Amino acid sequence: MEALLGLGQGFAVALQPMNLFWCFIGVFLGTVIGVLPGLGPAATIAMLLPLTFNMPPTSAVIMLAGIYYGAKYGGSTTAILLNVPGESASVVTCLDGYQMARKGRGGAALGIAAISSFVAGTVGVVGLMLLAPPLAKFALTFSSPEYFALMSLGLAMVVLLAGASLIKALLAMLVGLWIASMGIDLFSDSARFTFGTTHLLDGIDFVIVAIGVFALGEVLGNMEKRGEGTLLPVPKGLRNLLPSWEELKACRFAFVNGSVIGFIIGVLPGAGSTIASFISYGVEKAVSKHPEKFGTGAPEGVAAPEGANNSETGGSLVPLLTLGIPGSATTAILLAAFILWGLRPGPLMIQDNPELFWGLVASMYVGNVMLLVLNLPLIPLFAQILKIREYLLYPIIFGISLVGVYTVSNSLFDCALLAGFGLLGYLMRRLDYPSAPLILGLVLGDAMERALRQSLMMSSGDLSILVSRPISAVMLFLAVALLCLPLFRKFNSWRIKAIEENG
Amino acid sequence: MKRLNGDLVSGAVLVALGVFVITEARGWNYMSEEGPGPGFFPLWYGIAMVVLSLVLVLRSATKAAPGARTDWGAIGRALLAWAAFAGCVALMQPLGFLISLALLTLFVVAVMYGRPLKIAVAAAVGNAIGFYLVFVLALGLSLPAGPLGF
Repeated sequence: MEALLGLGQGFAVALQPMNLFWCFIGVFLGTVIGVLPGLGPAATIAMLLPLTFNMPPTSAVIMLAGIYYGAKYGGSTTAILLNVPGESASVVTCLDGYQMARKGRGGAALGIAAISSFVAGTVGVVGLMLLAPPLAKFALTFSSPEYFALMSLGLAMVVLLAGASLIKALLAMLVGLWIASMGIDLFSDSARFTFGTTHLLDGIDFVIVAIGVFALGEVLGNMEKRGEGTLLPVPKGLRNLLPSWEELKACRFAFVNGSVIGFIIGVLPGAGSTIASFISYGVEKAVSKHPEKFGTGAPEGVAAPEGANNSETGGSLVPLLTLGIPGSATTAILLAAFILWGLRPGPLMIQDNPELFWGLVASMYVGNVMLLVLNLPLIPLFAQILKIREYLLYPIIFGISLVGVYTVSNSLFDCALLAGFGLLGYLMRRLDYPSAPLILGLVLGDAMERALRQSLMMSSGDLSILVSRPISAVMLFLAVALLCLPLFRKFNSWRIKAIEENG
Repeated sequence: MKRLNGDLVSGAVLVALGVFVITEARGWNYMSEEGPGPGFFPLWYGIAMVVLSLVLVLRSATKAAPGARTDWGAIGRALLAWAAFAGCVALMQPLGFLISLALLTLFVVAVMYGRPLKIAVAAAVGNAIGFYLVFVLALGLSLPAGPLGF
């Protein structure tokens, strides 16, 4: 009942013309960058974040979330038509989607992807709506030790699934913690790691690191090869997007499977939509009566991963909005956005900012409908985006990155830092250091240090407070256990296989 | 040098960073009467950094160098692009944002992608005008201006 009242309030917010407009802009931009390979939602949200500072927070959140789930729709379009996954989460969609397209059922495959995304996306939002409020109530009992333990657990999961080398993932996270502690200390007034310059007294703005490591790092990596603006042939005959009745019937179970698996994986930090799409594809194949058809253009092989990919969005917003713990790079950037607007996601968020929480939830229903309406007729048009030459695209990304960073505090020093972090992002990519742990360490660093120090204040310096409270003890134990798992060879080879398949 | 042991080099850099973090952290209060001081948290992640990066260095030093040859041509291209970007940042102070961006675009299109000069100039001018229209005119942002007032 509470949820229904909240949702009613949310729709009143989401259906305001201005918010509808921003929701549309968000899902539209999301679709565009989803279609473009090599530019992900994390980079786009980071670049556009500074431009939203003057917007009302609710509208800004609605737009940024629209980019997040819109990108997932767009990513599947190129996966199906061109065998080019726009995002890593669309890799599995290529398997059967592209085969369907080759058999002349490309339109139907796109239609199934859109329908499945819509169904599962909606299920994900319903799950978010039902799970978030009780979880927030439970989290209200948390105190500093529990928060410290929770953040440790979140980071451990992200590190575990970030890359083949656990050591490199941990090191990336530690560098993130280091960057987070630059500037004036939270409790005392000592300046830390400022290298004697006043520019660093406030620390390094999150946006600079995120744009540098994601947007610039990605572009520099892409520029290694002088791709001649790879012009890919876009298949014709996309007029008929409606799947046949048989195809839809084959997907019945896939819709449910994708929705449920995607949501559950989304709630868990670390395992993002890529892993969700792989697992639901695997499950779909395992329970299928004709598993041999998978990989040759089985419609349920498109429906399951696409559903999981989109249902994951709702799931991943649960820990973000109720606990303030992001599970992926994209949600970490969303968290930073909330903090910049002075909103602290956590157990009190739904109570304190109901119009924002419910407005966002309602806007995701609206956004899913928009995406369906937008995508079905406009798919051939979106496919044309791939014809943009990369040498025209990259200077634009460079420019937007610079504008984004400069507008944070009108500082050329920040732009120089951006160049530095761009180089860091490229080198990390080159040397196989995952970037998600760095961003998470950076976003959570301050809160984690605060929670740890407050815990030790409560116990006057006794570290045993972290393990003498049951909830925090269990979470810390799980965190340590997770990080020890790769020591078992069998598990580690499974883990690396999972990560590499996600490539 | 045909092969570069990236793990060894990056590990060594991180050892140095960890040592730096620890030395700095030791200069700050570790524990006061109210609780942990500013040196508490950095000291511990500094130690973790040194330990983990030492493991990385030792592992990569004992293992044979990675089989694949380092593709210096590709790295060179990426670093050239980065240098151009850094140059653009340096020029923003004297020349303003729009001219710097136009020069960067010109460089990327003409030099890095070897397009004819005509196309490169058109792209550079077009990009600058586009940014002016969207960010300055429509969104009203103030970007660093050059000697000509834009």
